[in-house]
Amino acid sequence: MESKQAGHDRKTPTSGCAAGGCGGGSALDRLPAATRERVRNHPCFSEDAHQHYARMHVAVAPACNIQCHYCNRKYDCANESRPGVVSELLEPQQAADKVAAVAAHIPQLSVVGIAGPGDPLANPERTFATFRLIAERTPDLRLCVSTNGLALPEAVDTLCRYNIEHVTITINCLDPDIGAEIYPWVFWNNRRVRGRKGAEILIEQQQLGLERLVERGMLVKVNSVLIPGVNDQHLTEVSRAVKAKGAFLHNLMPLIAEPEHGTFYGLMGQRAPRASELRALQTECAGDMAIMRHCKQCRADAVGMLGEDRSAEFTLERIATLEIDDAAALARRTAAREAIEQRRRGVAPALVPLSTLSASRPRPATHAARIAVASSDGRLVDQHFGHAERFLVYEVDEQGERLLDERPLARYCNGAEHCDEDDDALAPALAALADCAMVLCSRIGLAPWERLETAGIRPNGELAMLPIEQALRAAHRELAERGALSIDEPQRATLSA
Amino acid sequence: MALKITSGCVNCWACEPLCPSAAIEPASPHFRIDPAACSECAGEYADPQCASICPIEGAIVDASGAALNPPGSLTGIPPRLLEQTRARIQAR
Repeated sequence: MESKQAGHDRKTPTSGCAAGGCGGGSALDRLPAATRERVRNHPCFSEDAHQHYARMHVAVAPACNIQCHYCNRKYDCANESRPGVVSELLEPQQAADKVAAVAAHIPQLSVVGIAGPGDPLANPERTFATFRLIAERTPDLRLCVSTNGLALPEAVDTLCRYNIEHVTITINCLDPDIGAEIYPWVFWNNRRVRGRKGAEILIEQQQLGLERLVERGMLVKVNSVLIPGVNDQHLTEVSRAVKAKGAFLHNLMPLIAEPEHGTFYGLMGQRAPRASELRALQTECAGDMAIMRHCKQCRADAVGMLGEDRSAEFTLERIATLEIDDAAALARRTAAREAIEQRRRGVAPALVPLSTLSASRPRPATHAARIAVASSDGRLVDQHFGHAERFLVYEVDEQGERLLDERPLARYCNGAEHCDEDDDALAPALAALADCAMVLCSRIGLAPWERLETAGIRPNGELAMLPIEQALRAAHRELAERGALSIDEPQRATLSA
Repeated sequence: MALKITSGCVNCWACEPLCPSAAIEPASPHFRIDPAACSECAGEYADPQCASICPIEGAIVDASGAALNPPGSLTGIPPRLLEQTRARIQAR
């Protein structure tokens, strides 16, 4: 079980995100333009794309060649394809038929991945037969694959020949001593190799595979599972190393270790990371490379938009009854993509506030500021403060902005009669924004305005309806000009999370 | 001389493509080994391939019923150290 997940492209964070793995921000904006273009329609890599495009995984690859302590082979991998229900294992032809059916019914489909339920490259015949059949019947779909990396180096030529666009490698460590705590054995050269020695082989193969893929110009994402007390202190080093070797995105995922999943970690009482631990690590690693935060840890047979799973609509029985006109379906997908791209281009500010035009004045040296945004879609500052169900919190400095996280909260405003009155209901928002210097929203009531100001969080409704990144630049400038960020002042904005 | 798959099998498919004698087939409730075809990989590999990739302790046994992967052999934790290891893991 390897997986697939999410991505991003413009700096928009995400709207459809569930609380939890979301965030991500402008991570991909640091990528070279050519790479951005290649991932911009991929819902798993582009946080913006994931609001528009759908993906599906086909469960054609059952066998696995390693054991991870977070995986129970009875189910799909607990960490990269959520467990609980065994995927309907598909033969390659069945998988291609399913892809054609889904592509005919969900014209936003842009990506098909093979992620398990085992390791796709431990099932090379099934995996590559599936890719070949999909490419014949639905040639416009992009193909991706996820792997633990053990069999990757020798698969690189084939992956390139089959026009695979993206490869995800799960790399949890570089240190074989740490690896021995995660991987009890690997199957290598027809032997089971245990402990540190096995981990050493796996790590070498992963790194070699990463290098070879990058040499060939393949987009490589790295997944890492954060395991408290095992690799938590080590993953920043992993992040730096994989970036140096050319991985374009690092997806740090929390360990899933429920006892009922029957994994070794689950049964032994290994704890999962706290959300704050994951966030802190993501933030730390974001200094080194693009970090992905909107991953949903989908199942190996998920279908649909990220965060949803429509696989139940496309059972083999149902697919057998569908009549599909492949050419018509392709035309619908092409039209759907054009419409989506038009929408994505269509975000333009109506007005530019004066404050955004004053860039020529000299400014004092400044700190980074933490700024919260109320946004319904992750693109525009378009929400009433009291209607926001979550705030996007960015760290902004003169180089740009970076989404730190998405902070959910209960709506406190339930209508005009309560608005501005129920002060206690503001407490969750005040707590969620405590480390922010400013909050941007489209409108805000007087009482919350005053409460925020008293708490030292500057409310700002003047940048309403601007794209978030533009609003953040203006807001940062305003804070700087007010001296609110000067270095000698005690800074709430620079407190760590 | 043949190996046998027990009810511990989780039908993960890992063994099936590896068998040099094509003796393994999916079946209900779990995969089975054709005893007439199984050679225990004698003359082919140093270790029986199915037992070398099987992720489940006790799921493959020899003719005498002995598990090729006894308890603790796949987790890497000998049974006598299990509680000690659990305590160490829970302290993380």
